[in-house]
Amino acid sequence: MTTEPLITARNLSVHFPIGGSLFQKAQILKAVNNVSVTIPKGSFFGLVGESGSGKTTFGRALLRAVKIAEGQALYNDGDVHYDLAQMTPEQRKDYYRRAQLIFQDPYAALSPRMTVRDIIAEPLEVMGLTKNREETDARVREIAAKCRLNLEHLRRFPHAFSGGQRQRISIARALVSNPRFVVADESVAALDVSIQADILNLLKALQDDLGLTYLFISHDLSVIAHTCDHVAVLYLGRVVESAPTRELFTRPRHPYTKALLSAIPSLDPDAEKTAQRLEGEIPSPTNPPPGCSFHTRCPYATDQCKQIEPELEGIPGEHEVSCHRWQDLFEPEPA
Amino acid sequence: MTLLTVDNLNVQFNTDEGRITAVDGVSFTLERGEVLGLVGESGSGKSVTAKALMRLNAGNTVYGDASRITLDPGSGPVDVLGLKGPQMKLIRGGAVSMIFQEPMASFAPAITIGDQMVEQLLLHMPIDKREAKRISIEMLERVGISDASKRFEQYAFELSGGMRQRAMIAMALSTRPQLLIADEPTTALDVTIQAQVIDLMKDLVAEFGMGIIFITHDLGVIAQTADRVAVMYLGNLVEKGPVRDVIRTPAHPYTRGLLNALPKLDDLDAALTPVPGDIPSPLERPTGCVFHTRCALAEDSCRTSIPGLVTVKDRHAAACPITAAHNAAQTEGVA
Repeated sequence: MTTEPLITARNLSVHFPIGGSLFQKAQILKAVNNVSVTIPKGSFFGLVGESGSGKTTFGRALLRAVKIAEGQALYNDGDVHYDLAQMTPEQRKDYYRRAQLIFQDPYAALSPRMTVRDIIAEPLEVMGLTKNREETDARVREIAAKCRLNLEHLRRFPHAFSGGQRQRISIARALVSNPRFVVADESVAALDVSIQADILNLLKALQDDLGLTYLFISHDLSVIAHTCDHVAVLYLGRVVESAPTRELFTRPRHPYTKALLSAIPSLDPDAEKTAQRLEGEIPSPTNPPPGCSFHTRCPYATDQCKQIEPELEGIPGEHEVSCHRWQDLFEPEPA
Repeated sequence: MTLLTVDNLNVQFNTDEGRITAVDGVSFTLERGEVLGLVGESGSGKSVTAKALMRLNAGNTVYGDASRITLDPGSGPVDVLGLKGPQMKLIRGGAVSMIFQEPMASFAPAITIGDQMVEQLLLHMPIDKREAKRISIEMLERVGISDASKRFEQYAFELSGGMRQRAMIAMALSTRPQLLIADEPTTALDVTIQAQVIDLMKDLVAEFGMGIIFITHDLGVIAQTADRVAVMYLGNLVEKGPVRDVIRTPAHPYTRGLLNALPKLDDLDAALTPVPGDIPSPLERPTGCVFHTRCALAEDSCRTSIPGLVTVKDRHAAACPITAAHNAAQTEGVA
């Protein structure tokens, strides 16, 4: 893996206006607020958070499916350099080929009236990437084989397939245009456990084979732990902690990350119940708390946390954390 | 007196494509104060089994002639499958209550939470409206809803996801059922909220002493909540026993496969091993052992003969003659 960045987001924000009418000014919902992350080329970059944390919106901003309100997102790949917030229509068209999305629900993502061949071929036809039908068919067959679909499958309709097979069709459709950057948004959340591992292994194999870079969005920390090389934890539209996977899971520094980890039900029925439970729920992003956005649920919050928003600061181990108190809360283990 | 006895439960559905088998020969018992976990993937028949206990399956349902469900709410045994018309009131919301996965879909959207709670209390208990309101608010407070008398007047959409599920639990428990069926009650919730709801449910079992059937696909949740567990696959009960025995020494290849496919946080380097193949459609139920199409240990006999549950140790039993023979050989070797 190179450390050259493919995507660099700097102080990126996405805003949605809500309410509002002729007579009333719309409220601004800051779904993603001042997020900076660097996604290295060839990485499996994990983004984890609960509902309402802004993880999906961030993924969509990087695909330019929603407008970037503030900040920058840069795409750098060889000779191609795009500023995602300001692309010309031509650049945008090219970028949509380079950046693709794999959806969560393979039952909703595939049109029931199209054959699998047509579903996979559609992006090629829409983007005009192939010259004729023969070329399209050859490309469809090639990517289908990589996603472990066979020729006979291509003639059938989605209803004939199980969840795992459907997700493989979705993946083939996303990869047919030969993208460089793939956002996988909860792509295994709707699958059964026995199938989930199969899709995760397939995503990994395709990454090696095709040189892909993933942004893997999930609410499931154990899935993230097993697939990603770097993880960013999102809370109320902000990154609270970001680190290489092993570092994050062995030495979580933010109280929220720690609480998330301890909330995962252990497979060991006798696991010690030292787990500290988070009280309450994630506040509404229309009315985020002042200061540190986590202070309303944080057992260690002080007056400082209630007033001053902590910056994301770099600490040893390629680790970043946004907490006023990380140093006194988690003493470094004696060497 | 055993609270619930399910004996040889067979459930089939009449559909346009023929009669399909959803549950086949399932037997288990449940005592008061006990939590039985029912685990399985989609199509395993776990929800159909649960709905049979309240006779909630649709009109095209055919129960087997030899199937028996006996519930003893304290006033003598009730033959659940023999109940007719108004007698159903005894089990539906009376002696048995159910919590569903999606709390938003379970509350009527245009009636306040309070009115819905009062309505069902009046139906099942000889009390007046004022008393019903008092019980409802008390129950809402008990499940940790702050400002209960205000929430009582609100609609489901005004509550957050976690709050709604708490309200659902309050409603289910307000009639003091003997048996509570919880169908994926925490699946739609974030992990931090899931942990809160699991803690709450454990407290409530201790306090009210009812029996709980906890349905989930998440083995971690089972490990943290259940006393005993029953594993289902394609309508068959393939393994059952105390939760520690089943999770630590799984005896059925399917249970082992499920555990191997699960990403674990305590071993980040462990490879994820999917269970090979897909879950067959219920229209193409395999002959013999239903799991043989995906089982690495399958022999010719597995394709033809249907295995019964064989005791592994004490109350732990599994429906696999291959592993049973293997275990027997090992025990002999030791002796």
